[in-house]
Amino acid sequence: MFVPCEGGGPELQGFTLLMPAVSVGNVGQLAIDLVISTLRMTKIGYFYTDCLVPMVGNNPYATSKENSVELSINAEVYSLPSKKLVVLQIRSPFIKNKYRPFCQALLSWVESSKCARVILLSSSHAYQRDDEQLLGTPLRYLLTPALEKAVEGRMQELKWKEMEKIAAYPGINDREKVLHIPGGGITKLLFTESCSKGIQMAVLLKFCSEGDNIPDAFALVNYLNEWLQLIKSKGSHSTDISPEQEIPDTSSQWKIPSSWRLLFGNGLPPALF
Amino acid sequence: MATFFGEVVAAPSRAGVDDEEEEEAAGQALEETPEDREIRRRVEEKREVAVRWALPAGEAAPGAAAEPLRCSRFVVAVGHNAAAFLSSFILDSVCWEVVGAVKLWNEWCRTSNTTNVLPTDSFCLFYRLISDPTVLLCQCSCYVAEDQQFQWLEKVFGHIQKEGLQVTILSTCPVADYKTQESTLTLPSPFLKALKTKEFKEQVCCPLLEQPNIVRDLPAAVLSYCQVWQIPAVLYQCYTDVIKLDTVTIEAFKPLLSSETLKNLVKDVSESTKSLKKLLTTNETHNNIYI
Repeated sequence: MFVPCEGGGPELQGFTLLMPAVSVGNVGQLAIDLVISTLRMTKIGYFYTDCLVPMVGNNPYATSKENSVELSINAEVYSLPSKKLVVLQIRSPFIKNKYRPFCQALLSWVESSKCARVILLSSSHAYQRDDEQLLGTPLRYLLTPALEKAVEGRMQELKWKEMEKIAAYPGINDREKVLHIPGGGITKLLFTESCSKGIQMAVLLKFCSEGDNIPDAFALVNYLNEWLQLIKSKGSHSTDISPEQEIPDTSSQWKIPSSWRLLFGNGLPPALF
Repeated sequence: MATFFGEVVAAPSRAGVDDEEEEEAAGQALEETPEDREIRRRVEEKREVAVRWALPAGEAAPGAAAEPLRCSRFVVAVGHNAAAFLSSFILDSVCWEVVGAVKLWNEWCRTSNTTNVLPTDSFCLFYRLISDPTVLLCQCSCYVAEDQQFQWLEKVFGHIQKEGLQVTILSTCPVADYKTQESTLTLPSPFLKALKTKEFKEQVCCPLLEQPNIVRDLPAAVLSYCQVWQIPAVLYQCYTDVIKLDTVTIEAFKPLLSSETLKNLVKDVSESTKSLKKLLTTNETHNNIYI
């Protein structure tokens, strides 16, 4: 359930809702962190739910001493009215058997708030790719039928690759194909539910492995930026170079939030040396 | 998840959802048999959190039990050390009376709905000050599982009026969970850190918890609830390197005795030391392998 920070629900009609799937390497969540911190989005409310593990901490996007003491919880909503963008950040994993109720609560909020479309940032286990998926870029997209008409052309312009469906019974019957997103958490459930409810949803995902997933987060957020143009890339790029280089490099412009410090543990005991 | 004496160590799974669970989530509606449903329902029923409010005689008119309690200060102590701090410095049987108990069952702990408990038991009890019934205390030394925390909140706070309410939460966690530029070996543990909601305007008795540190479990659930519903609340987290009940850790909470909330609730100090000693000796006999 969405609870606004201050009385009176904000107007979200026609907004794009950007959110992560809690998935392998937390890539979606990290990418969302970059978006919130770079665009300096303001917190407008909370997504109060029994489906996520509770957690609290101080402001993850603190830039100064003054704004560092602002409590943050497990699911918060940020907005940027100038870009008609609303972002839901999820900071903790799901409680067992609560994926379905969460998806239902989320989609009913999407419907009641009249958000125009949902973009889900996700990831999938790199080691479970099939032959086709191993080729080329590790980034993929998915569109629900409701969104397909509107943005299909744009995706082709960008030369994006759609997430391949894989054979349900490999080797026996190659015609029957299913969507399989291992390690993607709620991605598949949310996507199929959106398809059947006629919600406009796009899934952007990256194949990756657990480890230092910061580069994956940058790759995913740059991929998103190619489409939404949230930040302008520095310098121009020519179109006659290879497709890999054609993607404008915006990595240096994303602002890493202060909470990413110590991702790999504490300092070492001095007695060690 | 693993536990030592009620302390829960969260095993971080960064992989998101297990594939098995994912399949389960996707195929649940299709393959669930009536038997599965029955088992699921029974387990859910068993894990239900029940809060029993026992209002003292004379006040509990039938039907009045559903009326929310008027409460100005609500102090929640989570874990054995925090609960022991309340027992030794604040609670006594003369000024306080038990007004409620939580009954729950999970893989780590089960509490009965009796209000006569030993300090070594796992329990969750509510007390109120006889001279000022709007002061409410909760000792929660039992482990409340992830799926039960939300229920606990809804059931406990559902019974308390939110107007004029202020919440204080005490809790402990291992110093190894503390993230800092230095090594945790050099930290003078135990030490206190605080987190507060936007509405909490009083002086905080210790430094605030720095990013990227976070707090989990029931204390986090209570503080989140207060933040969302705009209730002034503060959480004091004691980072300690002793997992079991321990005087040094209990005494680390002492600075709080001068806080606005607790200062006029403190009982006689000599009495406190005595009861603290008693508490620890009771605990020690249970820790002896030669029982």
